Amino acid sequence: MSLQKLTISELLDAYSRRTLKPSEVVQSYLNVLAKSNPTLNAVLQVDTQRSLARAKQLDSRESEIAKLPLYGVPIVIKDNILVEGWQATAGSKILENYRSPYTATCVERLENAGAVVIGKANCDEFAMGSSNEHSAYGAVKNPWDISRVPGGSSGGSAAAVAAQMCLASLGSDTGGSIRQPASLCGVVGLKPTYGRVSRYGVIAYASSLDQVGPLARNVWDASRVFEVMAGCDGHDSTTSAQTVPRYTELLKTASMKNVVVGVARDWLEGVEGEVKKTFDESLELMVSAGAKLVDVTLPSSKHALATYYIIAPCEASSNLARFDGIHYGFRSQQKSSLNDLYCLSRGEAIGAEVKLRIMLGTYALSSGYYDAYYLKANRVRSLIQKDFEKAFTQCSVMAIPTSPTTAFVMGEKSDDPIQMYLSDIFTLPINLAGIPGISVPCGKDKAGLPIGLQFIGKHFDEATLLNTAHSYEKVRGQWDLPQLGVV
Amino acid sequence: MSVQDKYETVIGLEVHAQLLTETKMFCSCRNHFGSEPNTLICPVCTGQPGSLPVVNRRAIELGVRAALALNCQINERSVFARKNYFYPDLPKGYQISQYEAPFSQHGHLFVTLKSGDVRKIGVTRAHFEEDAGKSSHVGTGSLVNLNRAGVPLVEIVSEPDMRNSHEAGQYLRTVRSLLRYAEVCDGNMEEGSFRCDANISVRLKGAKEFGTKVELKNINSFRYVERAIDFEIERQIQLIEKGEKITQQTRSWDPAKNVTELMREKENAHDYRYFPDPDLAVLVIDEPWRKSIESSMPELPRAIRERFKETFGLSDYDAGVLTAEKELAKFYESVVKGSANAKMSANWVMNELLGKLNANGQSIEQSPISADDLGALVAKVVSNEISGKMAKMVFEEMFDSGKSAASIIQQKGLSQISDTDSLEPIVKAVVQKNPTQVADYLGGKDKLLGFFVGQVMKETKGQANPATLNEIVKKVLEGERK
Repeated sequence: MSLQKLTISELLDAYSRRTLKPSEVVQSYLNVLAKSNPTLNAVLQVDTQRSLARAKQLDSRESEIAKLPLYGVPIVIKDNILVEGWQATAGSKILENYRSPYTATCVERLENAGAVVIGKANCDEFAMGSSNEHSAYGAVKNPWDISRVPGGSSGGSAAAVAAQMCLASLGSDTGGSIRQPASLCGVVGLKPTYGRVSRYGVIAYASSLDQVGPLARNVWDASRVFEVMAGCDGHDSTTSAQTVPRYTELLKTASMKNVVVGVARDWLEGVEGEVKKTFDESLELMVSAGAKLVDVTLPSSKHALATYYIIAPCEASSNLARFDGIHYGFRSQQKSSLNDLYCLSRGEAIGAEVKLRIMLGTYALSSGYYDAYYLKANRVRSLIQKDFEKAFTQCSVMAIPTSPTTAFVMGEKSDDPIQMYLSDIFTLPINLAGIPGISVPCGKDKAGLPIGLQFIGKHFDEATLLNTAHSYEKVRGQWDLPQLGVV
Repeated sequence: MSVQDKYETVIGLEVHAQLLTETKMFCSCRNHFGSEPNTLICPVCTGQPGSLPVVNRRAIELGVRAALALNCQINERSVFARKNYFYPDLPKGYQISQYEAPFSQHGHLFVTLKSGDVRKIGVTRAHFEEDAGKSSHVGTGSLVNLNRAGVPLVEIVSEPDMRNSHEAGQYLRTVRSLLRYAEVCDGNMEEGSFRCDANISVRLKGAKEFGTKVELKNINSFRYVERAIDFEIERQIQLIEKGEKITQQTRSWDPAKNVTELMREKENAHDYRYFPDPDLAVLVIDEPWRKSIESSMPELPRAIRERFKETFGLSDYDAGVLTAEKELAKFYESVVKGSANAKMSANWVMNELLGKLNANGQSIEQSPISADDLGALVAKVVSNEISGKMAKMVFEEMFDSGKSAASIIQQKGLSQISDTDSLEPIVKAVVQKNPTQVADYLGGKDKLLGFFVGQVMKETKGQANPATLNEIVKKVLEGERK
């Protein structure tokens, strides 16, 4: 059996039986990466020497396997997350030469658990986008069909897992940026509860919505990565002090039986075709495995898109002010006054979509508009949160398609931001509510493109969410990634 | 009536006070003035991508102390907000501050004026803020030092309650004194740990509406604040008299030229786009925490003034003078400890020491005589070891040389002769040498007592204790009667 076929749990088994060494595994993944990446453009930086040196260190720590829950697991990190010594461009030209001076807490925890960083993943510039076409370093291609987008903004992270360039990756999710590309690339993607994973070292897009999460081949693997990095961090005041359960332990007794799954039919309106059909089939499958379905309503969720596109740009306009050409990153070489230096540096090195959102946010926060936009959007956000709280009195998880469509053709939505924004219609409200969501592959359309099923959980109840998703995987059956070499 | 008398000035002040914490407001870098540029920095205070602020609890405690010293109400919940603007010494592109929900408000303080009148000045609010870095402009370029970036500040905003530069100056001196009493800020204006902006407008006396205000920025001494305000009042009145309109401006004070100069007009004013900082939770200062801060509060001047009146029997005026500055009150208390005489200590500190210091333009911290040394000197007066007159001489010498009282007294052989056994033979000798005067004295010329005392003083080089000497002279002269 090919080394690439092993999941994290299988790989850890192999390590503990001492039939494999981290250096072999890392080398093998680096080989696949080197072969596929020129086509896919999923990874922006590899550092073979550094990754192999680390793997070799781990070779000699075999006796510590039991204490290292991610021993020798090759991972890829989205390029808006800092890993000391590696680049961190966030997909932007303005950070093209930036080297991380420190490591993000989430990555530090993965590395302390034995994971080996083998690359930095391409993404939409500053995590703004749903197709990964908004990267200063070129679009990422979908491993299932390279004429199509992988989704975004964590498109590189999703494509890298789907193309078996790594076993797991980290993405960030502000409005669906982990779950939507996971759906379009046929992998599992988890957005944890806001405050569950430290944001320290994650380049901020919209601070009240951003959350880091894993992308992996299955729910168990995602749970393992998640349980290692979750938990309170002294560097991030918005992390929660709640204890983190051993999710992978809980999965052992997971079952669909008597799980009450909420379905919001009002939210589903407008979804048609194969996505709808596959979603309905998934519900039937869950029922056949013992789950109960209950109808819930989320009347405010229709305002989610408008709400999101006020709050996120407002926060972004402030978060991105530090990229000013003064202290680090790109600086315009045109001789100029201070004011020109700002305008030229930002003008030359920031992409159109990011500029659009900075302008939106700057406008909405301006004196005289703040109440009408930012404050009002936050009031609507509270209503959306209340809708979910109410729905969760009737069910323990909810189910909805992750994305209204499968992977679309490159360029298809590039000229129409609203069409692009609608890709996240089922993921945005979850960020606004601060609750966790996970996308799991549930089928394919006629073109053979993967369709994602999203489960949504209560605040800090990733346990139920992961148990349900894991149980669903079992009833769904085997899920194969696109064949190597097809790419 | 002069032109100026037609107008009334309205002044409000904003003070930025750096808090005396070990570390910065939102990271663990040291908070220290004077280190090599850009050595006290980290990913957080240099605004590296992905870095996040974490509140320094000590800064909150010192801020609460400052607010309590200013009689402010402490709000249980307050919100950190981002103030967005671009400047090279502001690495994040925004400053973390507080805006709509400050941690304290509704305070006041009492200011004593030259005239002796006391004015109550309202404190609108005090809120937390992080300091920016420091830019210096060298030739055609600019240098940025981020050691100061992220240093904790409280910004103290007054009500527009002041009417002239003297009131404004006294308000600032009082705020500085209170912050130093509360041990939250060292009040060093030169190093920038205590800074002031002033809002000034003028209006016709009796007018209900405020005039258009002008903001004066970055004034780094009390004297300059007063001068800048005086200049600005004059400038505004002249404009109005000429029929021109005052425009809303920000101006800076040029101490070399003694004028205020335009920095920017209102239309170029920043729109700071304040909004709550999503990286920081609501700041909760609950009752137990507030109470523990209250109980750790150093004694404030009001309380010390009362204590001085009660335990030392000082007048209200004296107690007021001696508590004007924390260092002075501490100095005085040490003198009392050394001399064991509160009133005499008060006289020495206020009349002799402060007199000399003021004449030299020195503060109490710069006194060449330590409190212990002054206490020792006063103790010698109290115990009659030296006379008051001699003590003043010794004091002068102490002030000039910095030597202790004991060493000067010893060196000059100045200690007082108080014992009868030493003095009586000298008195007898003097009496023997002056029979005519003795006869006159005994004949009723009482005033001649002074002659004998003077002669003995001459013999003893003034070291005789005058009170004891008087007694002995009287006794010896009466003995001659028989």
